[in-house]
Amino acid sequence: MDSNSNSYIFIYSVVMVVIVAAVLSTAATVLKPMQEQNIRNEKMSAILASASIESTAKNAEELYNKYVTQELVVNANGDIVGTYANGNLDGDIRAFKVNLKTEQYKQRQGEDFVSPLYVVQNNGETLYVIPMLGKGLWGPVWGNVALKEDLNTVAGIIFDHKGETPGLGAEITESGFEHQFVGKTIFKDNGDFISVKIQKGGAKTLPADMQNHAVDAISGGTITSDAVSEMMKDCLNNYVPYIKNQK
Amino acid sequence: MSEQVQQKESLFSAKHRRLITDAIGKDNPITVQVLGICSALAVTAKLEPAIVMSISVLFVLGAGNVIISLLRNTIPQRIRIIVQLVIIAALVILVDQVLKAYAYDVSKQLSVFVGLIITNCIIMGRFEAFAMANKPWPSFLDGIGNSIGYGLILIIVAFFRELLGSGSIFGWNVFEAIGLYDLGYVNNGLMILPPMALITVGIIIWVQRSRNPELIKD
Repeated sequence: MDSNSNSYIFIYSVVMVVIVAAVLSTAATVLKPMQEQNIRNEKMSAILASASIESTAKNAEELYNKYVTQELVVNANGDIVGTYANGNLDGDIRAFKVNLKTEQYKQRQGEDFVSPLYVVQNNGETLYVIPMLGKGLWGPVWGNVALKEDLNTVAGIIFDHKGETPGLGAEITESGFEHQFVGKTIFKDNGDFISVKIQKGGAKTLPADMQNHAVDAISGGTITSDAVSEMMKDCLNNYVPYIKNQK
Repeated sequence: MSEQVQQKESLFSAKHRRLITDAIGKDNPITVQVLGICSALAVTAKLEPAIVMSISVLFVLGAGNVIISLLRNTIPQRIRIIVQLVIIAALVILVDQVLKAYAYDVSKQLSVFVGLIITNCIIMGRFEAFAMANKPWPSFLDGIGNSIGYGLILIIVAFFRELLGSGSIFGWNVFEAIGLYDLGYVNNGLMILPPMALITVGIIIWVQRSRNPELIKD
C-alpha cells in the first residue's frame, strides 16, 4: 500500500492512537493505587510533620493512627458537625476525607461549607492541626499549621506547593522559613484575629506590637510569600468562630 | 548528522562509539547545537531535579529513538511529525506516571517539567534527524549519547548553581559545614535565577570552544 495515500495515513493514525491510548490507560490504571497511597501517605505525613512528628512514607499511616486521636469537622458557625475517633465516625463526614478545594469553592459561592481539624496528642500535649490551601504564583500552595492548646500560638507549620520557582518561591518548604512561625500568635492581645503575616523586607520593619504576628518573606519570592500569607489568613479565619466557642 | 550507518558493524565499532562521544563532546545538544535550553534553565537550580530530569530524558530519548527507528519505514511522510509527537507524549506521560507511583517526592519537585520534556527540541530533533533514517541500534546509541550530553551539561550547571546559589550540594550545606559563612560569605541569590543558568551555559560553551578549535566558526 502506498504509504502516502490518504487511506493509509488514516488507518495508520487510528491504529497508532488506539495503541497509545491502550498503553497509557493500562499504565494509569495499574499505577493508580500506588499513586493514591502516596497521596494519602503524604497528607498524613504532612499533618504529623506540622505537629513535629517525623514520619516516612512507610510508617505514616501507623503513626497517624497513633497520634491523631480525633478528627473534627467544623462548620462556619464553629459547631462541630463530624467527629472521627478510634475508627468510629459520629456525624456526616470524616475530616480526612474533606476536600479543601471543594469546600473553598462552596465558600466562594456563598454555600455552606465545612473545615477539617485534626487533634494530635503527643507526650501529653494537645495540638490542633489546621490544613490550608491557597493560590501560589504558578499553582496551588498548601500546608498545615499546628496550634497549641490555647488555639492561638503556632506550634509548628509546614508548607508545600505544586510548582513554585525552585530556589525562590519553592523555599517556603525549607525548615528555615517554616521555623520562623513557631511561637507566633494568630490573635492580637485584644482577641481580634490577625493571622501571621509574611512581611517583605522582614518582620523587623513592623511596629513592635505587630512583630509577634509576622515573619520574614523570601527574597525573590514575593508573590509566593504574599500567597502564603493570604492563604493562612483565609484558612485560619474559617476556624475563628470555633476557636471563640472554645474560650 | 543523519549519516547512514553501514550494515554488519560490530555493536561497539568506532563509528558506533562516536555516536555517543560526539554527542557528549563536539556535537553536544546544549552547548554546540544550542537545543533544549529552556529546561536547562528551568530545572538546574538544584542538583537532584537536574539528575532526575536527565534520567527521564535519557529514557524518553533512548526508547523513543528505538521506536521511531523501528517504525521508520511505515511512518507516512506527511504525518511523521505528528507520529513523533504522539510517541514522545506517550513516553513522557509514562515517565510521569511511574515517577508519581515510585518516586513521589522527586516527581513533586520536578512537577510540570517532566511534562515539558515533550517540548524539548532535542528529542524531536533526534527523531527527525537520526532515528527516521537509521537502524534501531545506532538510533539507540544516538539517543543515549545525546541525552548523556544533555544531562551532563544540566548536572554541571546545577552543581554550580546549587553550590553558589544555595551553598549546598544535594541539599547538604557545604559552605555551612566548612564555616565559610563565619568569614562573611553570602550566597549569591542571582545564581538561583534563570539568567545565571544561561550565563553558566555560556561559560561552558566558551571553555569548550577554547579547548576545541574545531568548533569555532569563521
